[in-house]
Amino acid sequence: MFPIGDTAIRKGRKEGRPVTRVHVTLINFDINMDGQLLEPTLYTVKGMAILDNDGNRILAKYYDKKIFPTSKEQKAFEKNLFNKTHRANAEIIMLDGLTCVYRSNVDLFFYVMGSSHENELILMSVLNCLYDSVSQILRKNVEKRAVLDSLDIVMLAVDEICDGGIILDADASSVVQRVALRTDDIPLGEQTVAQTCTQLQWSHRARMPGDLP
Amino acid sequence: MNAFKRDKKEEEDGGGNPFQNMEKTTVLQEARTFNDTPVNPRKCAHILTKILYLINQGEQLGTTEATEAFFAMTKLFQSRDVVLRRLVYLGIKELSSVAEDVIIVTSSLTKDMTGKEDLYRAAAIRALCTITDGGMLAAIERYMKQAIVDKSPAVSSAALVSSLHLTSVSGDVARRWANEAQEALNSDNVMVQYHALGVLYQARKSDKHAVTKLVSKLTRTSLKSPYAACMLIRMACKLLDEDEGAGELYEFVESCLRHKSEMVVYEAAHALVNLGRSGSRELASPISVLQLFCGSPKPALRFAAVRTLNKMAMSHPAAVTACNLDLENLITDSNRSIATLAITTLLKTGAESSVDRLMKQIATFVSEISDEFKVVVVQAIRALCQKFPRKHAVLMNFLSAMLRDEGGLEYKAAIADTIIAVMEGNTEAKEAGLAHLCEFIEDCEHTSLAVRILHLLGQEGPTSKQPSRYIRFIYNRVILESASVRAAAVTALAHFAASCPPLLPNVLVLLSRCQLDSDDEVRDRAAYYCAILQQQNDPTLLPLIQPPLLSIPSLEGALRNYIRSSMDQPFDISQVPPAQTVEEPTQTEILSNIKQQPRLTREESFMEKLSQIPQLATVTRDCPLFKSSAVCELTESETEYNVKCVKHSFANHLILQFDCLNTLTDQLLEDVRVTVEPPEGYTLIGEIPCPRLAYNEPGTTYIVLEYPKDIQASVATIPTTLRFTARDCDPATGIPDAEQGYDDEYMLEDLEVTLADQMRGSAGRGLDFSAAWDAAAARGFSELEETFALGASVTTLEAAVRSLIGFLGLGAAELSDRVPSGTVGHTLLLGGVFRGGKQVLARARLALADEQVTMQLSVRSPDPDVAELITSSVG
Repeated sequence: MFPIGDTAIRKGRKEGRPVTRVHVTLINFDINMDGQLLEPTLYTVKGMAILDNDGNRILAKYYDKKIFPTSKEQKAFEKNLFNKTHRANAEIIMLDGLTCVYRSNVDLFFYVMGSSHENELILMSVLNCLYDSVSQILRKNVEKRAVLDSLDIVMLAVDEICDGGIILDADASSVVQRVALRTDDIPLGEQTVAQTCTQLQWSHRARMPGDLP
Repeated sequence: MNAFKRDKKEEEDGGGNPFQNMEKTTVLQEARTFNDTPVNPRKCAHILTKILYLINQGEQLGTTEATEAFFAMTKLFQSRDVVLRRLVYLGIKELSSVAEDVIIVTSSLTKDMTGKEDLYRAAAIRALCTITDGGMLAAIERYMKQAIVDKSPAVSSAALVSSLHLTSVSGDVARRWANEAQEALNSDNVMVQYHALGVLYQARKSDKHAVTKLVSKLTRTSLKSPYAACMLIRMACKLLDEDEGAGELYEFVESCLRHKSEMVVYEAAHALVNLGRSGSRELASPISVLQLFCGSPKPALRFAAVRTLNKMAMSHPAAVTACNLDLENLITDSNRSIATLAITTLLKTGAESSVDRLMKQIATFVSEISDEFKVVVVQAIRALCQKFPRKHAVLMNFLSAMLRDEGGLEYKAAIADTIIAVMEGNTEAKEAGLAHLCEFIEDCEHTSLAVRILHLLGQEGPTSKQPSRYIRFIYNRVILESASVRAAAVTALAHFAASCPPLLPNVLVLLSRCQLDSDDEVRDRAAYYCAILQQQNDPTLLPLIQPPLLSIPSLEGALRNYIRSSMDQPFDISQVPPAQTVEEPTQTEILSNIKQQPRLTREESFMEKLSQIPQLATVTRDCPLFKSSAVCELTESETEYNVKCVKHSFANHLILQFDCLNTLTDQLLEDVRVTVEPPEGYTLIGEIPCPRLAYNEPGTTYIVLEYPKDIQASVATIPTTLRFTARDCDPATGIPDAEQGYDDEYMLEDLEVTLADQMRGSAGRGLDFSAAWDAAAARGFSELEETFALGASVTTLEAAVRSLIGFLGLGAAELSDRVPSGTVGHTLLLGGVFRGGKQVLARARLALADEQVTMQLSVRSPDPDVAELITSSVG
């Protein structure tokens, strides 16, 4: 990782006595500012994550086996990501060779990751879809507690937004429509009239005839 | 049931995470509820969510556990609850990689995917494709084709996306389903259009012509989906990059700059910038678009724009200057990444006068940005130092401030590299740079970096104005640091003592104290240096302070051989080839992501290869490979047979390695040899033919020659011919048709054995040339001196130096290969070793007059024949 002279390293020698030249090499940092033409592919999203306000994972999906192959590496990355992002609300950051766009609300942080060459605006559109879908599913009540209470639906939504790294749908209302929202989660008495109306609309759209038990 | 109740209760207690503190085994036990009839959808959905949550948290399921859970889950197909069914699909996808016999659900999923429920169908297709293997593919192919052209966009998208995933199972899926994808491309739904385009590209990407057709057709229609438009831009750019269908595609990408979606506009601008078609006219429009984005309220858009501009500033700083005003507004951006990129861009494009102001601005927040971006800043400063050498004081101060801040090893190393680079490029900055580095090692937690800087101090410190001031810093390390740093500090001290005689007595005192160190390596070194330095009168010992950079594996091999011999002669270190010095990468490489691996020298890797050939053992066993020449081509590159030669010089032998390639599909060559006519004095020792040379498979044949006793005769021209037995064969299979082949031969170009093939340059920075030169006279080297007028092709001193070094194969000492511009006289100092370990020193005084270079060449070598050979071959 640190070339003081190749032979010195190979022999496990720690100091640079036999080196006559100090090399200026290896800036192998993860961000590559060197742009390149993007390979045409649909595999755009490297990962999506929802973290709580302690940086713990609520839900996370990684689509590229090459980056973060194990959950240990994933969680280390998430921790790092959270530390870098939870204070500054800056929307975009480059970390570990990934472009990460993020958005937070109350006690939740939403992230979408793509390669460092990826079009940032595409990632942003996916993030917006993720956030808006969750927001619609939770009736604008985007909080950790609410996410956990409707975790099944949120999982389905994530699955509908991105399939194995390919953006499946980036339109929040269409995603919500596809995840078959359960309507009877909130007691009727606690709902506003408007909510009930929208719910009825949804349930009308979401449930197919013959599906009711 | 109880567990479920408890969960409920915890939830009511409020606050906490209902999924917290779950036990994997408990949850999996709860999965038994799935077997109850009738299925309770609500309860089962909750348990299934818990399982999915656990998996998502990184909990590992064993194969048995996963399989049990999977089979329990299949029972849930009985329920008609939509959410539950969809969760089952998710579960299938998650468990498919761990559980066994997952194909059991194929029929259920096939039923769902062909059923009436659109909400099931799309998800069922995606679940089904995750459990599909090559064998099952045929069974579902018909359904998939139907699904691709289904009128429900969700189903169509799911099928298209799944077919892309399936390419990993069966490579030609996309191609087989391309017709359906073509139909889906006309869909009204934007996502279906996008996915269909992806599948079509996958199907045709190996056929450039087909891609060109697809792209040029689509560029005429306008795609509704912005994603598809981005994809199309990338496809067009790929073709443009490969020089296909130039004008029309370029116009299309340019027209995308006026697309209504920002995403597409940015993609087009980014693509145009990266296409590398320089020219201010081409870049004007993308730059004006990016300029507009710089003022956007969206951070992501500003980031994207400024990042692209930053990149472009490296290659086209002038073009980016148009955006300077907008970039100025971004240097206080609340997103520090944007601010950093803006400032570094300005540093690249701006004038010298703005440097101070920008550095001040960036200093205010440099502590807030991530290490990655700090490195970007460091790189920008490095470029700046090259551009404005006069600003080195400001930049150096800034770098040293950054060195003092917190930061990881890579970041600190990047700074140290930059300081070193600045020092090398600018002698004025040397003193300041060394002072900063000294200060840095006072408080440096990275051992490797401290060692490196100490080494640099040892190299550079003695030649500075006041060497004694560095001694204190170095000796402090001996007192305070870990063993490896102490050892490096001892070495650095010895360098000072060797190069600065006035310091010798004091350093000896320090070194004698180091002999009491607790670490044996430190003690050994101190004792070693003390012993050498105390015999200060003998100039031949001084090079031992700075031993040449030898290749360790070769040294090991040579020592082994020496131990096996009778050991009556002293070990000759000059036999050992030097280690390969990694050249400083050029500016462009610094910015790329190339990782430089420590590697074997060319000689070592060749030696490894040669020593595996038993017939060559007589040569390779006794003696290390002295030098391998560059590859020389003995044929034109597009002839029937390609032959390249590498000359391996040993002390008394020459091995010629011929790499042959047969480019004829209808011929199989056997018993391939390169025959040579040994020139006068050379003796042919043996040859190793290549038994078989099939089409496009490289083969190697060797010739072993013994060098003539008379060194003068060793520079020679060797005529070569390729001989072989050719057999005609079937181009498709490579199986020969005829029983009997026919002998044939093929003339190759003549092979030159030159002086450089037998000479190894070994000088570098470590050699104190004048001392060695004087010592050579003292040791009775013979000297030859001659004056030459160099040919008409050499009209500058640089060219003379370059051609002389190339021709002689010697290495330049004391950086004398750098000719200061504008001078008319230069002295080139060269050092090296002739095969057999004969040292060679040469001094060439060059004078330039009327585009004619005159050279006085003095050569010193213990062997008069070698000196003679050098002067005679120059003439």
